[in-house]
Amino acid sequence: MIEFEGVAKRFDDGTLAVRGVDLVIPSHQVTVFVGSSGSGKTTLLRMINRMVEPTSGVVSIDGEDVAALDPVALRRRIGYVMQSAGLLPHRRVLENIVTVPRLNGMGRSEATELGLTLMDTVGLDRDLAGRYPNQLSGGQQQRVGVARGLAVDPNILLMDEPFGAVDPIVRADLQTELLRLQGELGKTVVFVTHDIEEAFLLGDQVVILADGGVIAQRGAPADILAAPASEFVADFIGADRGRRALRVEHRGGVAVVVDSNGRPAGVLTEDAAPS
Amino acid sequence: MTWLSRNIDLVLELTLEHLWLSLLPIVAGLIIAIPLGQLAWRQQWLRGPMLSLVGLLYTIPSLALFVLLPPILGIGYLSRANLIVALTIYAVALMTRFASDAFASVDSHVRQAAVAMGYDGWRRFWAVDLPLAGPVLLAGLRVVAVSTVSLVTVGVLVGIRSLGFLFTDGLQRNIPVEILTGIVMTVVTALALDALLVLLGRWLMPWSRDGRGRVAARRRRSPRAAVAR
Repeated sequence: MIEFEGVAKRFDDGTLAVRGVDLVIPSHQVTVFVGSSGSGKTTLLRMINRMVEPTSGVVSIDGEDVAALDPVALRRRIGYVMQSAGLLPHRRVLENIVTVPRLNGMGRSEATELGLTLMDTVGLDRDLAGRYPNQLSGGQQQRVGVARGLAVDPNILLMDEPFGAVDPIVRADLQTELLRLQGELGKTVVFVTHDIEEAFLLGDQVVILADGGVIAQRGAPADILAAPASEFVADFIGADRGRRALRVEHRGGVAVVVDSNGRPAGVLTEDAAPS
Repeated sequence: MTWLSRNIDLVLELTLEHLWLSLLPIVAGLIIAIPLGQLAWRQQWLRGPMLSLVGLLYTIPSLALFVLLPPILGIGYLSRANLIVALTIYAVALMTRFASDAFASVDSHVRQAAVAMGYDGWRRFWAVDLPLAGPVLLAGLRVVAVSTVSLVTVGVLVGIRSLGFLFTDGLQRNIPVEILTGIVMTVVTALALDALLVLLGRWLMPWSRDGRGRVAARRRRSPRAAVAR
């Protein structure tokens, strides 16, 4: 469990990026921070592994104040996946994946074994192990990024807009893959995005942040949809634009779900569709 | 051309001497410029004044340096150390700006990723910053190498033998072929050193743009070999 208590951050240039955030991030679930740029979502994320120090307030992991922990050791036990993967361009795929275990002193052959296993886990062909990052597609690079984040088998995985730089089809692929992985691994995932669709797809808990680092609403996606806490939230999730207000029309005995503009969104089936 | 055939041993000896006199300042210049460049890159307020000051060193005439250095360092006017120290100063003057630019060229995204993974300062420098600064460092080093090889010839003014000896000797004895040989061999030495640096860069930085062709050829390496490097 990760806990934020009265956390605020004012940067050196005077901008107040985060103000008075109280938040509990439950273990073994996906919590998504969603907001536009300037909402402090990445700042909040980086406070967890001390890449950003809060100006006031406490961030704790399982009751332990992170400010009391050695930042380097802390970072080595937390997985971190970032936009455009952030891979080291001068290291081959396999070396990139096992960077942190090697930093922690794991031997070469053990690391190779681990790296190849992780490539299987994230669905990367083992033949790519010897390539450099710039020889991979964006989607492949992102998979390497995820594999690297998982390399120390961390309890916590921080993901900073990891799928922001890939095209929509690849993104959908990676999202599905992440959900599958999370089903197997059950990590405490904190995920940052500006895309509300991605937030609702991936999040067990979604935290909507307004400008200047204020929590506008948090809860399960369905709860937020059912009762947006404010006009800001309603606007942000698109409730007022009619995309979320769906109704059923009957066409030849089939129940077709359409939005308020009359655009079909899908068909209604008796049982929940197998996922 | 009879002069050349009779003096081929002398030319080869002077070329080797010339190469040796060039290599020391180039290597020393690089080693000194890297921390200076890193400092200039990290302390933005220092960058402007420091790079101007270091750059000014290049404008000191070499003869003035040959006269100034011996009393300061307690070495002989005619010693090779005099020349090597002077050329090292010029190498640092050129190389510091390149080094500063080289560290600035490292993608901040990658640097942040390294921090997030738990690289501490020193390890990050050796494992991330320095190798990624490599391509720009190499570009600078190639300029320094060529410049140093040409500057070595002035050592002949304080009696230090190099290919420059062929200029003065050829002039005094009125042997144009000797002067020409000196020029050609200086250029050849510079080009050879440059080619060597390019090859060294490809070998050390197969991931960079220059080395891409090589990487493509190596794609079929077994995955096990990848970590073993």
